[in-house]
Amino acid sequence: MEAIAPNINPWVLLFASIFTSNILLSNFLGMCSFIAISKDQKSSMGLGMAVTVVLVITVALSWLVRNYILAPFNIEYLGYIVYIGLIAAVVQMLEMLIDRLSPSLYMALGIFLPLITVNCAILGAVLFMVLRSYSLLQSITFALGSGLGWWLAIVLLAAMQKRISKVRLGPGLAGPAITLFLIGFMALAFTGFTAMIPVA
Amino acid sequence: MHDSPLTVLKNNLWYQNPIFIQILGICSTLAVTNNVKNTLIMTVGVMFVTGLSNLTVSLLKELIPFKVRMIVQTLIIATYVIIVDMILKAYFPAASKVLGPYVGLIITNCIIMGRAEAFALSNPVILSLWDGLTSGFGYMIVLVVIAIVRELFGFGTFLDLPVPGFYQMEKWTIMAMPASAFFLLGAMIWIIRGKFIREDKS
Repeated sequence: MEAIAPNINPWVLLFASIFTSNILLSNFLGMCSFIAISKDQKSSMGLGMAVTVVLVITVALSWLVRNYILAPFNIEYLGYIVYIGLIAAVVQMLEMLIDRLSPSLYMALGIFLPLITVNCAILGAVLFMVLRSYSLLQSITFALGSGLGWWLAIVLLAAMQKRISKVRLGPGLAGPAITLFLIGFMALAFTGFTAMIPVA
Repeated sequence: MHDSPLTVLKNNLWYQNPIFIQILGICSTLAVTNNVKNTLIMTVGVMFVTGLSNLTVSLLKELIPFKVRMIVQTLIIATYVIIVDMILKAYFPAASKVLGPYVGLIITNCIIMGRAEAFALSNPVILSLWDGLTSGFGYMIVLVVIAIVRELFGFGTFLDLPVPGFYQMEKWTIMAMPASAFFLLGAMIWIIRGKFIREDKS
């Protein structure tokens, strides 16, 4: 699942990060807010959108910071602190900006933005980008694909949760246990896409 | 009134176990549970970071302004994660390569922030260190159990050594795939919540 080559076509990368190496279903990133939010379809749409926007912006900025600040000064060991600070700053700024520019969008996204700082999917995508040394274009398509993949997964899960909420489940199975089973089935279904892309 | 160390231990290992009761922090570690050795390395790292970040947050709790405490906690956690990363790179380069980005992702592990927020901010220093270590340990036990099952059935090995009987039989490919981690964790939560710990609240 880690075998994406560095010089892969950005469009293939976009497709691969949505389906074959979905950041949630094959890399387990962003699970915490995923399990908590996925009970409601509307909020999962909002959260998915917010994650996608933040992912694209932070991954692009981290690419610039890494290649023009961290690498030339040889301070890559500070990476983790810089990236997490960058994510927090971007989320904070985005929150203020959206609040100022579009109150209606703020109503839809606002409550989700603080959750995103600690969403592992964001930091995870940044670290994957660094580790696989993507180019800027590749990083952006990778981030976009990861965001869309996460979005797709959370909306699908919310839809399944809605169906399953009508069923009476035994003690212990209701709640997180059945959610994990549903995610498991979804992950299994998504492995069916693997054959579509030879590199990933 | 603070809890006694024994109560903290019991809560963190069982009644309030980070994974099967609180469902926190599975992001960064579930991915490496197809191998017992990697899981052990990761969870020891998590234990180290939870313990020391709890200690530090508890030491500084009078000094941290309430409004910016999240950022301060995140930076404290990130510092310890960098230390873990450097230790791994220096002493276990092979493991560090395999674990890749997941070591860095300990920063966003919800347990660490959760313990700092829920325990260290309102408890004495040594008790906070103890709380961090034990909740890291409770986390380790659950993931190691999952890893043992996955490695045994998926690869027929334990700690990379072939296990007689399992090594010769046909491997369960699904155990090596991500989906099995979800199923196993779900099954474990089901068994434990259904059989042993009944939740009173909804």
